[in-house]
Amino acid sequence: MKRVYVNEEVCLGCHLCEFECAYANSGAPDETGRPNNMFKAFNGPKTPVARIRVEEGEMRGDDRICFAVSCRHCETPYCVEGCITGALSVEDGVIKIDDERCIGCRTCTVMCPYGCLVYSDHHTMLKCELCLENSTGSPACVQACPNRAIVYEERQ
Amino acid sequence: MGINYLYPQYEIHRDPMRCIKCRVCERQCANEVHHYDEELDVMIADEASCVDCQRCVSMCPTRALKIVKTDNTFKENANWKQDTIEEVYRQASTGGVLLSSMGNPKDYPVYWDKILINASQVTNPSIDPLREPMETKVFLGKKPSSLKMDKKGKIVSEIPPQIELELPIMFSAMSYGSISENAHKSLARAATALGTCYNTGEGGLNKELYQYGPNTIVQVASGRFGVHEDYLKAGAAIEIKMGQGAKPGIGGHLPGRKIGAKVSETRMIPEGCDAISPAPHHDIYSIEDLRQLIFSLKEATNYEKPVIVKIAAVHNVAAIASGIARSGADVIAIDGYRGGTGAAPTRIRDNVGIPIELALAAVDQRLRDEKIRNDISIVVGGSIRSSADVVKAIALGADACYIGTSALLALGCHLCRSCQSGKCNWGIATQREDLVKRLNPEIGSERLANLLTAWNHEIKEMMGGMGINSIEALKGNRLMLRGIGLTEKELEILGIKHAGE
Repeated sequence: MKRVYVNEEVCLGCHLCEFECAYANSGAPDETGRPNNMFKAFNGPKTPVARIRVEEGEMRGDDRICFAVSCRHCETPYCVEGCITGALSVEDGVIKIDDERCIGCRTCTVMCPYGCLVYSDHHTMLKCELCLENSTGSPACVQACPNRAIVYEERQ
Repeated sequence: MGINYLYPQYEIHRDPMRCIKCRVCERQCANEVHHYDEELDVMIADEASCVDCQRCVSMCPTRALKIVKTDNTFKENANWKQDTIEEVYRQASTGGVLLSSMGNPKDYPVYWDKILINASQVTNPSIDPLREPMETKVFLGKKPSSLKMDKKGKIVSEIPPQIELELPIMFSAMSYGSISENAHKSLARAATALGTCYNTGEGGLNKELYQYGPNTIVQVASGRFGVHEDYLKAGAAIEIKMGQGAKPGIGGHLPGRKIGAKVSETRMIPEGCDAISPAPHHDIYSIEDLRQLIFSLKEATNYEKPVIVKIAAVHNVAAIASGIARSGADVIAIDGYRGGTGAAPTRIRDNVGIPIELALAAVDQRLRDEKIRNDISIVVGGSIRSSADVVKAIALGADACYIGTSALLALGCHLCRSCQSGKCNWGIATQREDLVKRLNPEIGSERLANLLTAWNHEIKEMMGGMGINSIEALKGNRLMLRGIGLTEKELEILGIKHAGE
């Protein structure tokens, strides 16, 4: 299965992935006038929330390690095991969340070794679903990464 | 602090209707131009430190930014132009030599743009490179004056060592130190993928790059940095750098702050110590001395590697080239006055040297007149900007071209000409680790390979149009060129006719 992988050696810590992720999942993007729509998405009543987060290490000399963290779509997902309402499920390897069932108890965030699920402003959890459900079609973070620090590929 | 005489050169225009305050511009600017004001919830820019490298503009996800030249104007004066006055102010406040980088940006004539290429019509049919074979392979090195073959037609003459290139374009010398490790990796991988060569410059060869040795030209320059036996043996050829187009007659100076652990190991000098390349080679004061160094290097490498001698294009270039051809060198590389650099005194960069087009024509003619053209190959560099420049250079007599600036552009360089600051936002001319990693060698090498692949297609198209199917048949074929808007003297030096003749 194709998954999102991170190449931390070339991650710049620019945080573009976060903004593109939030935008892709905001419902705003369509095929025309992308920049204007992005403005609209971020200046509307609700600021869109990213499902990916760039973590930054401490400065060492001039540099620090940075890498983007989003759902790894684990083969044995603890978040699914821990979910008390059955809102999380695995479909063809992709871990999905049912907004109707989620009660925002954050058990999944605690169970996840990477802390990948985020709390949304409508009191449910949000997670990366590889942009398969939104109009982007494939992970927006990967498309937007300027340095191929996030890739979407099949690995053994 | 006194009066600041200098007004910022650029203005940063941020469209508030587009900015989403993602702060990518702030994180990406090593010059710390942008910052976010939490109190006001706006992005603010201090354009005084902006060098117009366009990194923020390229990274802005909403295209909210553009950088424009300021229209703040000093009283107009055709003699005392604004930048001339600003340079005086700058020197009056610092007392220092003005430093610049990349190539000469002044408005001197570009002869490439005054030369036109021929095409076949009716009598000599053109060739379609998509349907017929087209040869762009070149061999650089001394060619034997005659070939002896045995009865089966096998060549028995001894052939001097050659550099074999799949296309007549190489990456010119840029040292590890002046450019980053990732820039070097990009060049090395692209050269290997394309079947051409890149050049180490004077910075030695990073251990990790020995694997690309067959596509590497190793340079020996006046500072002899990083030179040892394995280094000389690692490459496809050895280049002795006598001069550089951007700064003929002077040496180099890599400041100590750029000499980190890896650069120090590669250059074989202490960490943090300035790397100074003297203006002359202290052991070369004549062609005879040059010959000694050439043969020392050949001896050290068992006469298996061709030796290139690189000089800057200066007034007496033809006579100097004639001497070099007789000194035992296999290839002469000539660097024109528009060639780039990581740092040079502005006055030298902008006022010393001559155009590569004239230098090339003069050298090729001189070597032909003296019947020694076959003894040496000619490689030219110093602002080869497109495949058309390559075709014109070959028709003027070059065997191959060096590209430096075009290669850096492919890697993202926007010619902001601030390499000397060491804060290259594109990860090219810097040793700062956070900036170096901005250039992913995987992407860099792909872009370089794309560029040269595209140029090679175009070269084939242009050759095909002329009814020529190999670089060999184009070389020195000045009848394929015509000048436009050139004086008699210029045409005479270039050895071409005027358009219409």
